[in-house]
Amino acid sequence: MKKTIPLWVGLGVVLAALVLARLVGNRYVYFAGYVILQYVVLATAWNVLGGYTGYVNFGTAAFFAMGVYTALALSMAVHAPLPLLILAGGLSAGLLGLGIGYLTLRLRGVFFSIATLALSVVLQTVAMNWEYVGGAKGVSIIRPKPMAPFADYAEYLFVVMLVLAVASVMLARWIQNSWIGRGLAAIRDNEEAAECMGVPTLRLKLFATTASGFLMGMSGAPYPYYVGLVEPVSAFSLDYAVNSLAMPMIGGTTTWIGPIVGAFLLGSAQQVATVTISSEVNLLIVGIVLVAFVLLAPQGIVGLVQRLGRRRRA
Amino acid sequence: MAGILIGGFYAAVTLGLSVAFGLLEVVNIAHPGFVILGSYMAYVMNRSFGLDPILTGLLFIPVFYGLGVALYRVYYTGFERTGEESLRGLVFFFGVLFIVEVALLLAYGVDYRMVEARYIGQSFHIGMVGIAYRLLIPCIVGLAMTLALHLVLSKTFFGRAIKAVSQDSQALRLMGANPVRIKRIAFGLAIATTSLAGALLILIGPVEPSIGREYIGRVFAIVVLGGMGSIGGTLVASLVLGVVESLTATFYGPTWSLAVSFGILLVVLAVRPSGLFGR
Repeated sequence: MKKTIPLWVGLGVVLAALVLARLVGNRYVYFAGYVILQYVVLATAWNVLGGYTGYVNFGTAAFFAMGVYTALALSMAVHAPLPLLILAGGLSAGLLGLGIGYLTLRLRGVFFSIATLALSVVLQTVAMNWEYVGGAKGVSIIRPKPMAPFADYAEYLFVVMLVLAVASVMLARWIQNSWIGRGLAAIRDNEEAAECMGVPTLRLKLFATTASGFLMGMSGAPYPYYVGLVEPVSAFSLDYAVNSLAMPMIGGTTTWIGPIVGAFLLGSAQQVATVTISSEVNLLIVGIVLVAFVLLAPQGIVGLVQRLGRRRRA
Repeated sequence: MAGILIGGFYAAVTLGLSVAFGLLEVVNIAHPGFVILGSYMAYVMNRSFGLDPILTGLLFIPVFYGLGVALYRVYYTGFERTGEESLRGLVFFFGVLFIVEVALLLAYGVDYRMVEARYIGQSFHIGMVGIAYRLLIPCIVGLAMTLALHLVLSKTFFGRAIKAVSQDSQALRLMGANPVRIKRIAFGLAIATTSLAGALLILIGPVEPSIGREYIGRVFAIVVLGGMGSIGGTLVASLVLGVVESLTATFYGPTWSLAVSFGILLVVLAVRPSGLFGR
């Protein structure tokens, strides 16, 4: 595949989505779309570590909230503009990812997963005791005025998240097709063998955890402006961990397109369920769908489609 | 003092996982979910029939045993048979935990629930020190459970078979025993302990569906600290954690005590994954 194509496709997707959202003309589209796009970023980021490398991360919420709180603190302290906040959120969560990456030296498989979950709870406790950003009560934040080309701030946030989503998908696609992706897949299949064959496993793992954390942190940074009220329980919600793991699992973990498919399907289903039934039921749906897919279709939807295609050709 | 009592209770909560994760190597991350389920059973029976929570816990042991056996059957056919148990199995149990939690949330709401019994709120005095029955009873029951499980595992034929499965299931198969059947029963037993542990949990304090998450860190910290599947190690690790947590709560405030168990877990995993009593 040529390298120039994805950039144009990416730009095309951004424009098409913008036009579509403008045409509908309902502000709810921005709100719902924002959440779905945020999950595209989270699922893609999770998949870089979980799908490509085979390290299951239960601590998505930790990285996401790292971005949230970095952005919140910066915006309260110096009123930094949103792009800067996103960069800062990404960097801090990326650093956290680097730290977690060093943990993989000693922890494989299950223990790594439990450690990430532990990390998420420890950070939540820290956030709850950090009075500057509101402690357990949380703090509300006022959105800045909308900028010139955008009618209102929700639209601006939507566009920002759209750009982030496209960028992260392009990054994931690049990783998958480069030598890095092949090295990560080698780690996933057999880490010892990969090391013996001269794959720089530690450096690759550090790269995967850092990149994954960076993307998750970036997706968290606009969150304070999106919700207006930041408090630890919802910023560290287990929903992020479950969703960002369920979406790639449902879509298919070995390709960059899997998390997108999963995020759009599950994300929109959740939006519909939240509006029509209740937000608890939508979580129940996620859990059941996740268990069903893990049991019955471990390769996800992309895997199912591929298998169908192969059968037809044969 | 309260720390030791809480520690005894933690032992009750952790024992099942110690068997499932430590001996059978089934990463049952949904374990705390079943504990909470046990608490709600105790709550429901207490509300509608005025039944004592511990009695309910005992009564529901067969039900939870059946649940555990069924869950293991699904897990075995789905993952263990095909050798894909590690990562997908983990995700599977994570999903199960989530389903249990949300189902309880849907059925009973987000409010804290509690039980009523005569001895709750009373305490027992030794000189100047008063010990609340709501802490003393869970500790005693937890110690009794530990003792019982220890006896089962070391004295009975079946208990030795469980240990044999964890050491070398291939050899066990050659000796004419069926490791899958033994693991199924052992996993059932592991889930059965959560019935009683759940009853103890709701005795100690009010319960709401999402507190299971707090216990994930605690129970895994205890299992790892205790050296994976050692019953005595589990008890000691529980007591250590209980004491450290209550000291933290006293000196730094209760909001920090939760971070203690997870912090211990992180440190133990990073520094000494085989635990205090590991081989």
